[in-house]
Amino acid sequence: MPYVSNEEAKAAVADRSGSQEAPGRLSKIVDSDLFHSFLRSKVTVVAACGTFILFLLAILAPWVAPHNPFDLASISIMDARVPPVWMEYSDPSFLLGTDDQGRDLLSGIFYGMRISLIVGFCSVIAAAVLGITLGLVAGYMGGRTDAVIMRIADVQLTFPAILIALLIDGVANGIFGSLDREVFAFYILIVSLALSFWVQYARTVRGSTMVEKNKEYVQAARVIGIPSVIIMARHILPNVMGPVMVIATINLALAIVTEATLSFLGVGMPPTQPSLGTLIAVGNDFLYSGEWWIAIFPGLALALLVLNVNLLGDWLRDALNPKLR
Amino acid sequence: MIGFATRRLLQAVIVMLVVALLAFTMFRFVGDPINQMVGIETSIEEREALRERLGLNDPIAVQFYRFISKAARFDFGTSYQFRQPVSELFAKRIPATLELSLTSALFALIVGIPMGIYAGLNRESPISKLFLSVSLVGISLPTFFIGILLIFLFSVTLQWLPSFGRGETVQIGSWWTTGFLTVSGLKALILPSITLGLYQMTLIMRLIRAEMLEVIRTDYIKFARARGLPDRLVHFRHALKNTLVPVITITGLQLGAIIAFATITETVFQWPGMGLMFLQAVQNVDIPIMSAYLLLTAFLFVAINYIVDMLYFFIDPRLRVGRP
Repeated sequence: MPYVSNEEAKAAVADRSGSQEAPGRLSKIVDSDLFHSFLRSKVTVVAACGTFILFLLAILAPWVAPHNPFDLASISIMDARVPPVWMEYSDPSFLLGTDDQGRDLLSGIFYGMRISLIVGFCSVIAAAVLGITLGLVAGYMGGRTDAVIMRIADVQLTFPAILIALLIDGVANGIFGSLDREVFAFYILIVSLALSFWVQYARTVRGSTMVEKNKEYVQAARVIGIPSVIIMARHILPNVMGPVMVIATINLALAIVTEATLSFLGVGMPPTQPSLGTLIAVGNDFLYSGEWWIAIFPGLALALLVLNVNLLGDWLRDALNPKLR
Repeated sequence: MIGFATRRLLQAVIVMLVVALLAFTMFRFVGDPINQMVGIETSIEEREALRERLGLNDPIAVQFYRFISKAARFDFGTSYQFRQPVSELFAKRIPATLELSLTSALFALIVGIPMGIYAGLNRESPISKLFLSVSLVGISLPTFFIGILLIFLFSVTLQWLPSFGRGETVQIGSWWTTGFLTVSGLKALILPSITLGLYQMTLIMRLIRAEMLEVIRTDYIKFARARGLPDRLVHFRHALKNTLVPVITITGLQLGAIIAFATITETVFQWPGMGLMFLQAVQNVDIPIMSAYLLLTAFLFVAINYIVDMLYFFIDPRLRVGRP
């Protein structure tokens, strides 16, 4: 992912200030245009730090969360709906209060963010793999293959992704039945998100592939008899990956929002493996009875996560500025 | 022109056929329609007889043809949950969704356009920067969470506005019900339309701002200024007119998105429209409603796309030149 290079870059700064001029790759990153434009935009630096911290909290949830919301032995229904610490009747061990089953909300948010991010990353990767493959094939083969793939893409682009995901989810539930829902929910979600988001990758990759395939190195590879599959994977693919990274970053935010929406609507992650959306859905039932924190805090966490990733994606798009949309 | 129109029409028809095939596949193969219609005690012979009578043993192509010709007459079968014809269920709920979508589109335009103009003309002013930051937050907040926040603020805390339903409605004609004519109906519209329209509003605002910034730099605006025309005239007569072309297209295309996102808003506010019914159908695997909704929205999107394409043709003369 692109922002990994940001973190690398930050590490490089720390490294350099610490002792000597960092050699080779690190100094290359520090001197790059991308890194300079990164430092110039304060908002982006803040967004990168925010993203980094949120990711860290999500990844390290089992170690940084004050409670384990999945440990049935440690939760007690007596602690249910405890308000955040600054309100009356609160309990200092639950910083943001508890949900309807007495689980610590802060820990729930860390774990929920973890699940949201896992679903987000998996679906972005799945969509990218599907889209890149179809885009490469369409661009390289041309002709009828290209026409069929691109018409499907056109048709799909007419529909908002959320509707497609909802439909696929509904059909999948019809096929698998509701009994295995908890086992399949994760995979159904990934598949429906991947099938809703592949088009953008395919269109971009197809465009760049059509440019690349007429270049000399591809023709040379073809002349010496390298099979098409290997030409596509080994030679063209690395040259069309730039824009894909930008799309992936922007789509990560979109995938997280879509997942949260599906979970909120009750067709995403089940309450046994709650993502942020599921937490908000649970909390929504208690909004009217005054226990607002159960829905609002996970929602704010979601908004913060999406905002940071969005800012990062926006900057990356402007910085690399391939004219894509 | 006519060639372009027919070519696009042909494409639209093909898209509709593909969608119909999808809807048919769903309708026919996900879950056995017979199982949904009869009880457990029905014998195998009776089931077979019913199967034969409904034409489920005919060749698939024949069944598909029958599905399409029925759908063209708004016959989408019977809902599994409600045991009522799907078309009647939809007819009852279409007014609610359309009124909500229309109000939020108007909200997006009426608020978004002035904000965009202001931000485009006064690029450096703190208010413009505020508008931009707010719009970024608006884009990052998921629709359903905006709804929850609004409910929490205006319904639960301040208790100004209702948080669910349409309020009182008035019957117009044989099947249209409207919430526009009663106070409670109008009050009930406010929160859902803001929730639904906020994203479109930010989109329109950013679009107008970007277009304004671009147009203001062009020669004819400089010339208009040089001629000594007052700012008001330059901005609204000359500049604004040219920013509106993309806005019309985007608004048209976003109309489809509004109807789709109405599903989420309707769920948050328990708004009795098509989207809420579709969502309940997804949760209960009510295939006839799902496939009918798919066909209906697909038709709406394709129609809107087609109209917008044609509009483009009329609005932008440059498009007319290059084409045969």
